[in-house]
Amino acid sequence: MKSFGATISRAAKRFMSSLPALFGVLVFTFLLMRVLPGDPAVFFAGKEEIEVIRHQMGLDKPVPEQLLLYLYDVGRGNLGKSLMTGQAVTTDLRERLPASLELTLTALLIALVSAIPLGVLAALKPGSAIDHGVRLFCALGVCVPTFVSGLLLIYVFYYLLGLAPDPTGRIDVFTSLPPPRTGFLTVDFLLAGDFEGWWAAFRQLILPAMTMALFVIAPLARITRASMLVSLGSDFVRTARSVGLSWWRIVVTYALRNAILPVITIAGIVFSTMLGANVLVEKVYSWPGVASYALDALLSSDYAPVQGFVLLMASIFVVVNLLVDVLYGIADPRVSI
Amino acid sequence: MASTTLRHTVFILRGNPLTGIAAAGVILLVLIAIFGPSIAPYDPVASNVSEALKPPSAAHLAGTDQLGRDTFSRLVVATRLDLVIAVSAVGISFVLGAVIGAFCGYTGGRFDRSVGRFVDVMMAFPLFVLAMAMVAALGNRVENIVLATAVINLPFYIRFARAEVNVRRNLGWVEAARASGESHGSVVLRFLLPNVLPAMAVQMSLNLGWAILNAAGLSFIGLGVKPPTPEWGIMVAEGARFISTGKWWLVAFPGLALMLAVLCFNLLGDGMRDILDPRMRT
Repeated sequence: MKSFGATISRAAKRFMSSLPALFGVLVFTFLLMRVLPGDPAVFFAGKEEIEVIRHQMGLDKPVPEQLLLYLYDVGRGNLGKSLMTGQAVTTDLRERLPASLELTLTALLIALVSAIPLGVLAALKPGSAIDHGVRLFCALGVCVPTFVSGLLLIYVFYYLLGLAPDPTGRIDVFTSLPPPRTGFLTVDFLLAGDFEGWWAAFRQLILPAMTMALFVIAPLARITRASMLVSLGSDFVRTARSVGLSWWRIVVTYALRNAILPVITIAGIVFSTMLGANVLVEKVYSWPGVASYALDALLSSDYAPVQGFVLLMASIFVVVNLLVDVLYGIADPRVSI
Repeated sequence: MASTTLRHTVFILRGNPLTGIAAAGVILLVLIAIFGPSIAPYDPVASNVSEALKPPSAAHLAGTDQLGRDTFSRLVVATRLDLVIAVSAVGISFVLGAVIGAFCGYTGGRFDRSVGRFVDVMMAFPLFVLAMAMVAALGNRVENIVLATAVINLPFYIRFARAEVNVRRNLGWVEAARASGESHGSVVLRFLLPNVLPAMAVQMSLNLGWAILNAAGLSFIGLGVKPPTPEWGIMVAEGARFISTGKWWLVAFPGLALMLAVLCFNLLGDGMRDILDPRMRT
């Protein structure tokens, strides 16, 4: 119980120390999108309307004043209005975030579930065929761009084998949607008891999730292998072997538990690269998530959604770092002391 | 000293022939980049509608695209642009990062802290997203792809140089340089930087692959390079439209080019690290 409290206070401290960075992110996105060229008023209007729109958007005020106004708005949860959709950015982001999260979390799950056993197997028999296989896979995995592997998966599973559905969007347009509870389609279908719909959503989800997972399995398997090698060679594992504990107990309870810390760190880093890779994967599969929304806004110089998106990504990143800290404390109680 | 290094290098290469292959691959890439336009069998932008969307054959090694342009020629010509973007981006962040990081590590204090804060802020962004936003804000041009890729690489070099210089700043030979009347600037630039350079070169080779992927990703989503220009990322983007009708070669070959280029740089970087610091071998 004491260590739990320590973990919480560590997380709180960590959160406080990430606040300045978050504030920096706010200022940074603001400056990036406002001071640099590309006046959105020009894009959306004819000449006579420009001044009116500039005034409406507050673009004619001095930059520091605009920044204060922006911070005030963000503080009230108002991220501005998207010129493309005509809706508040917060609304747009809230509608699309579950799609992105569902994709990213599924991908992370697939990656962890396949990378950790691969790394453990490779570490158990260093120099064997499986070890070389895993290392080759790791070397190649980081070299294939996500957008290429995504398209090739579409080619194989949609065009050649016909196993996957049409790779556009989250669900067939004719499928009736379940009542939105979590926003995660697969979960909502299950809650509604509609297994046919669940299967449809799952089939749609699996290819993009695989694409994203493929890219991050490599670093995860690599670090699992390296840290398992260290922990399998340590004294406590030798002792555990010598007292005749079962294989499962030695490998999973003792060696893996001690080897998992670096894996958690890398998983946090990997998650942030996945947030970036989202943009590419969502574009390949026309996935209606926040990243493709921001990309569309970006290409039409619509500032507010991009600012909102970047801010959202940075906040998620801060939360993930916190989570990593808490997990650290759970995996290794010594860290909290 | 030099002969030991050489012997060590030969020893490493014998144990790990991949490094040699990777080095050969990088040299080949550079040669293709230099002579690309003259060895490409076809004009990379000449369209020939009667030959559109043909699969790979003896006449068109990597098939043709929707305008009948020869994919293989486009791949060969694109090498130069892709390498130039990656190398100049990494070069810029290497030089800036090394100097800023070295001064941070050497002086400490307020300058160090404010740079540290700045780096923290940058690292709080998913880096690809940051690059995307920068290209969009600065203008959709190739120079800005270079700049954006350089900026997202910068934090790593700053941190790396800072850490490397920080552990050395109170060593005997640095004291000696200061005692002999060198200014602080010259201690950093003439004594400390050359000392951390080899380690940073390894970092650079490892980073080049990543820079290539990033730049290709940016042009894939429609930033930077404009359509008729041959570039690997944009070739994949153009081929993407035809993948669900089975025209695999338009995606597979540019993808293969990207993969091989990145693989060569990564393996070379790993090999160089083994030569420089045998303890880091995994």
